[in-house]
Amino acid sequence: MAGKTLYDKLWNAHLVTEREDGSALIYIDRQIIHEVTSPQAFEGLRMAGRKPWRINASVATIDHNVPTTPFKSAAEIEDETSRIQVQTLQDNTKEFGITEFGIGDVRQGIVHVMAPEQGAVVPGMTVVCGDSHTSTNGALACLAHGIGTSEVEHVLATQTLVAKKMKNMRVSVEGDLGPGVTAKDVVLHIIGVIGTAGGTGYALEFAGSAIRGLSMEGRMTICNMSIEAGARAGMVAVDDVTIDYVKGRPFAPKEADWDKAAAYWRTLVSDADAVFDEDITINAADIRPQVSWGTSPEMVISVDANLPDPATESDEVKRSGMLRAYEYMGLKPGMPVTDIKVDRVFIGSCTNSRIEDLRAAAEVAKGRHKADSVKQVLVVPGSGLVKQQAEKEGLDKIFVEAGFEWREPGCSMCLAMNPDRLEAGEHCASTSNRNFEGRQGNGGRTHLVSPAMAAAAAVAGHFVDIRELGQA
Amino acid sequence: MEKFVRHDGLVAPLDRANVDTDQIIPKQFLKSIKRTGFGPNLFDEWRYLDEGVPGQDNSKRPKNEGFVLNLPRYHGASILLTRRNFGCGSSREHAPWALMDFGFRAILAPSFADIFYNNCFKNGVLPIVLSEDNVEALFQAVEGKEGFRITIDLENQQVIPEAGEPLAFEIDEFRKHCLLNGLDEIGLTLNEADTIRAYEQRRAEREPWVFE
Ligand code: SF4
Repeated sequence: MAGKTLYDKLWNAHLVTEREDGSALIYIDRQIIHEVTSPQAFEGLRMAGRKPWRINASVATIDHNVPTTPFKSAAEIEDETSRIQVQTLQDNTKEFGITEFGIGDVRQGIVHVMAPEQGAVVPGMTVVCGDSHTSTNGALACLAHGIGTSEVEHVLATQTLVAKKMKNMRVSVEGDLGPGVTAKDVVLHIIGVIGTAGGTGYALEFAGSAIRGLSMEGRMTICNMSIEAGARAGMVAVDDVTIDYVKGRPFAPKEADWDKAAAYWRTLVSDADAVFDEDITINAADIRPQVSWGTSPEMVISVDANLPDPATESDEVKRSGMLRAYEYMGLKPGMPVTDIKVDRVFIGSCTNSRIEDLRAAAEVAKGRHKADSVKQVLVVPGSGLVKQQAEKEGLDKIFVEAGFEWREPGCSMCLAMNPDRLEAGEHCASTSNRNFEGRQGNGGRTHLVSPAMAAAAAVAGHFVDIRELGQA
Repeated sequence: MEKFVRHDGLVAPLDRANVDTDQIIPKQFLKSIKRTGFGPNLFDEWRYLDEGVPGQDNSKRPKNEGFVLNLPRYHGASILLTRRNFGCGSSREHAPWALMDFGFRAILAPSFADIFYNNCFKNGVLPIVLSEDNVEALFQAVEGKEGFRITIDLENQQVIPEAGEPLAFEIDEFRKHCLLNGLDEIGLTLNEADTIRAYEQRRAEREPWVFE
């Protein structure tokens, strides 16, 4: 019999029951809750007179809506509807007895930054959240994926999810990454190769020596964007990097439990003879720093390339998508990526707002200054703890000296639900994960890049190949 | 949840691939804490010429007359015909809420994004996967004849265009059962509460830290 994949193992360990019709109930170990996708779920519980199944399975925080300028209470949030959601989460978590890292709590932050940071997510867990980038947590060898609000309610009420087993796909990145090539470039490159629907219906495992060589933060960046490749869940097998990362975190197992846990976690790897439905290998040396040019994450190319010509695209649906994207983005086929000027820069989001990301951006910003043509450079740490650490290292000063703005943690301009947003027609070098029309503000034009590439664009006023950037 | 057994309706063609949830319902409307009222802002950035904000009187806004849902011939449509990878992007259930609130009961496409597909079933909206060729043929039929209608027979898993052959579609048994009967999934799962508790006990022996 063939061996098991990491996903098979996680699935089997959480299978509560299989029904005759092929659906299954899987047990959910951890649910992360935020203000935007939970109000209707709590309302549903209340209306049905139900209680959460296991209160300590849930952890809540606020992120999508919060201003990134300092505020001390919900009452200080100017936007009325945002204020109501933040307030509603406070009320709901209180009513149902769920832990919330709220306003003023140093642990508050973007759900997918906060959860691993707290050790609220450890290897071998099933993790859900009403947010599609929950896949981020798969970096810890978890089965982690986004769910809708009805499912948030279902998990609250039953601690399970009705699910169907996905297929297995492995993407192995083998070899050494070139200079200036980061986890973000790797995942953008992967999406460029398999497409935004390439992973639909699959659980993705990222493997290979280049992935193993990444830090936990880098692996989270990769798993984060599984959903942009169409896959609900992405994951990386356990190794020393994983175990070292978890050790000592507030929610992590302690003392006698720790050894037992670590021993079990080490089994969370795909067996050597496991069979994947799809198995893709990418040569790390082929990956160059990436920039997205269009309105879908698969519209991405290397910084040293010229924008693609729709005329050479044979798939008609794709070609019309490209033409529409060119129109929206105000760009022309054939132009060099480095000719694209940027108006604003956003460094943050659950993809790239961890300490390592801020260090990479600071390294570029150090001793340099943003170009006059760039209106704003926002640096938004992923959590209060990331912010604290960055300030300890003096990164905030580097940013401020470079003319960047140093903000409070939250989702910010990743989706522009708070006041941080693009004006129509503006181009933004952004470390976030989605370049859809209007994502960062009505009419805004997003280019997805790594933190170092974003900082370099801020300094130059247009995209630059990070590999050609000299010393400041 | 509203039952779905058989539905006959006017079809609106949305000729775009990779329609994402930001397009279906832009984020400024996610701030509501209710499940209803999203219909007027469905496809907001395409339907209107100005920028939508929550709480507006949408009837007074300038319309993008060329957008398909604004064309008089598609008024009252309840079946949306579209292209591959519909509903990609975020997990927001506001997307099916908005489609439902607008009046759509079924969506026909060559493929859907996973989370969106799943969310539809929780809200009585039926997403149906048809082959690229069949979708293309339906586009031609719908655009070729004003008032083109389709009947969807969930029981027999058939899409029946007013002209042409019926098309069979696949659907998961459990989902079909829930839709046909308008069942509350949470109630169904809670019938198995003992099984869940037994599972928890086994797990707690192996991985006690998960429950601490
Ligand atoms: S940072 Fe962006 S992608 Fe991540 S959870 Fe927040 S809004 Fe979603």
